[in-house]
Amino acid sequence: MEISKRESEEKPSKKETKIQIFKTLFRNNIRQYGMIIALAFIIILFQILTNGILLKPLNITNIILQNSYILILAIGMLLVIITGNIDLSVGSVAAFIGAVSAILMIRMNISVTAAVLICLIIGGLIGAWQGFWIAYVKIPAFIVTLGGMLIFRGLTMVTLKGMSIAPFPYEFRKISSGFIPDFLGTGNYHIVTIVIGIILSIFYVLWELKERKAQIKYNFDVIPKEFLIAKLIALLIVINVFCFILAGYEGIPNILIVLFILIAIYSFVTQNTVAGRHIYAIGGNEKAAKLSGIKTKQTILWVYVNMGILAALSGLIFAARLNAATPKAGTGFELDAIAAVYIGGASASGGIGTVIGAIVGGLVMGVMNNGMSLIGLGIDWQQAIKGLVLLLAVAFDIFTKSKSAKE
Amino acid sequence: MSKFILEMSNITKTFPGVKALDNVNLRVKKGEIHALVGENGAGKSTLMKVLSGVHPYGTYTGEILFEGNTCKFKDINESEASGIVIIHQELALISYLSIAENIFLGNEQQSRGVINWRDTIFRAKDLLEKVGLKESPNVLVANISVGKQQLVEIAKALSKEVKLLILDEPTAALNEEESENLLNLLLQLKEQGISSILISHKLNEVSKVADAITVIRDGNTIETLDKEEDEVTEDRIIKGMVGRELVDRFPKRKSNIGEVIFSVKNWNVYHPLNDERKVIDNVSFHIQKGEIVGIAGLMGAGRTELAMSIFGKAYGKKISGEIYKDGKQIHLNNISKAIENGLAYVTEDRKNYGLILEDDIKRNIVLASLGKISNKFVVNKNKEILEAEKYGEKMNIKCSSILQKTVNLSGGNQQKVVLSKWIFAEPDILILDEPTRGIDVGAKYEIYTMINQLANQGMGILFISSELAEILGMCDRIYVMNAGKITGELTGHYASQEKIMKCIVK
Repeated sequence: MEISKRESEEKPSKKETKIQIFKTLFRNNIRQYGMIIALAFIIILFQILTNGILLKPLNITNIILQNSYILILAIGMLLVIITGNIDLSVGSVAAFIGAVSAILMIRMNISVTAAVLICLIIGGLIGAWQGFWIAYVKIPAFIVTLGGMLIFRGLTMVTLKGMSIAPFPYEFRKISSGFIPDFLGTGNYHIVTIVIGIILSIFYVLWELKERKAQIKYNFDVIPKEFLIAKLIALLIVINVFCFILAGYEGIPNILIVLFILIAIYSFVTQNTVAGRHIYAIGGNEKAAKLSGIKTKQTILWVYVNMGILAALSGLIFAARLNAATPKAGTGFELDAIAAVYIGGASASGGIGTVIGAIVGGLVMGVMNNGMSLIGLGIDWQQAIKGLVLLLAVAFDIFTKSKSAKE
Repeated sequence: MSKFILEMSNITKTFPGVKALDNVNLRVKKGEIHALVGENGAGKSTLMKVLSGVHPYGTYTGEILFEGNTCKFKDINESEASGIVIIHQELALISYLSIAENIFLGNEQQSRGVINWRDTIFRAKDLLEKVGLKESPNVLVANISVGKQQLVEIAKALSKEVKLLILDEPTAALNEEESENLLNLLLQLKEQGISSILISHKLNEVSKVADAITVIRDGNTIETLDKEEDEVTEDRIIKGMVGRELVDRFPKRKSNIGEVIFSVKNWNVYHPLNDERKVIDNVSFHIQKGEIVGIAGLMGAGRTELAMSIFGKAYGKKISGEIYKDGKQIHLNNISKAIENGLAYVTEDRKNYGLILEDDIKRNIVLASLGKISNKFVVNKNKEILEAEKYGEKMNIKCSSILQKTVNLSGGNQQKVVLSKWIFAEPDILILDEPTRGIDVGAKYEIYTMINQLANQGMGILFISSELAEILGMCDRIYVMNAGKITGELTGHYASQEKIMKCIVK
């Protein structure tokens, strides 16, 4: 009698604590997960509306290729926005670099590798130029980069003399239209892609376990085993299903590898390095950061150099995809990148934001673009709906923020 | 009708954790200049905020009678409507509007939303004449001196038909001639029947113009001296201001003082925006191992500027002078250099300069010493949590966890986070700038205990404070600063509040 009574008392209490842990986990991460849930919802919605076309292998590949350059810009823009600044010039810079690359490769016949390298260096120098005015001369970033937007758009037209230059060499085009080779493949499916999915899954599981082990070693509370397993299974399904779908077309696009590496590097830099901490601290409170010994000017300069390099990369990828350098390339890219970062939960006043968030934000916009085009919605309505989504996403963000502040 | 224009009785105002005013009484006669004196933080400004409706009716207890009527001001507009105008220490003028526009700001000379410029200029001229300001009403406020701006503020008050004018430290930023003019103006206004309350630290001015003086200390009214009845001298006022007994407000410490570890010689600093203006004038001082050295002085005496200019030139222009540490000259050209050389500076303004409010406790604590928890460039997040938890416990930071955002902490706990940050950096010289400002008594004691421990471990501590009792209770040696200069040096045994106050009001 006694024993059974105690058991019956204990059980619900244990369950309750687990629910509580789940609740706090949910509350602490709602801003992060909120957008992922929204993305999943949007995907499901358009999957239904388009009668299953959205998640067809060809279309997924298309979404990746169409949005790669915006996502790359969004990564750089995230760092800029975390420091509390902005960069309006990235679209023009991307166009300018596209033009320069055309001159180098098509007119001057310089090798692809050398040309790409030169272009990235020029991008870095452009970033340094703008960063100098912002960090050292203290001109507001909005003005400096608004100037940059006009300067580099103008220089693009000067470089191209108002015309398009085409076509690019084959190897260069491969950057954004190629796929990884399938040396294992025999039939309809791209085997290497599936293998990569499995390898990634293994690495991911091992990494999670290692983290958990370290936390246990330091005697920290860890999330209950059930949650961890649920989380692992969910992510493994997403990774492998995604790879499996891609394998149904031509496999993993080259550009996806580039994106993956960039996301991994920048996530690590922002979350786990001293430099990342400095960037967040500057955005959170520049004066306090300065008085804590952080070289604020230098850091801001490097953030813009980084933005310049990524804008150059984005410009190259866009030129390769279009197979031409055109004076109008990259128009409006800056606004898409900025919107992606804000939708992804970054704060307009700086100090808050994540790389994954920015990528999710970019994908929300990308999937909506694609889905709305598929169901035949005109570009006019697409614009309006995208604007509304941006507004609602940020409103949601402010709402959760003020709610958590009350607690 | 009574002879008093204003009677404030039994005013009590509490902030969370602090009783700022405790049964304060203030009675101002019609047509007199009434001075309100007391140390920084004694409650003068709070009392004036209660009076002017910044702290609205209902947030305090007690009664206010103005011209015999009970006042229940909800905001500053209501108090102004009944004729009470307050002029704050930081002037509320808009630099890029003209004198006339500033005078009638919020009270524009207009009909149906259209400004009548002729009336505006005409009335402004009239008011400027009254306050004795010889400037055209069309001059931008940005282009006139602080002294003249002060007069514009008074003209603005007169335009509102002021009956009781409150001036908070009006002469703090003025030179002698300007101060003289301003005081004369107050006397003139008095003849026209305008009463005023003058808050000032400059006792010579107070004893010169005031008809009555009320002394406030620790949120209590100590006494009201009337020129007609009492003999009012500066010494008499000082005694009222500081005459409190120190009963165990400070933890005991046996100091163990070693050799000189830090010294500054012939330090000169100019204002960052105006390189004509000298902010720090030939200051020299030193700190010994295990010693707590106080810097006393009023706000604006240059103490913060001195500390920040030493801390990697975080303030000022054209800085000259020498810094020695352990006998060797060092050059601290930027803040990271200063930190490398073992300096730490705990700012007086923890919200704007000390904390990243959006970040959690642990990220704030490790911010100044990320190198200590990193392997090359990679932060070891587990180590970070361990260290932060250690300090959270050691400093007794009251929080739900070290993952709590600092914006949600109380002032005392925020201060403990800032202190933790700098103690974690393991400095040799710790500069504390008003470390207990706005903190309740309990947290103060904890922070004092912590400071004593650090000194006993051999740290040299520079303790800047406007609270004389605190300086006397904590420090082995005290420098007094006034107008960018060191005007006195006292050792702990010989120092007294009277002596310090004398150096300050020199």
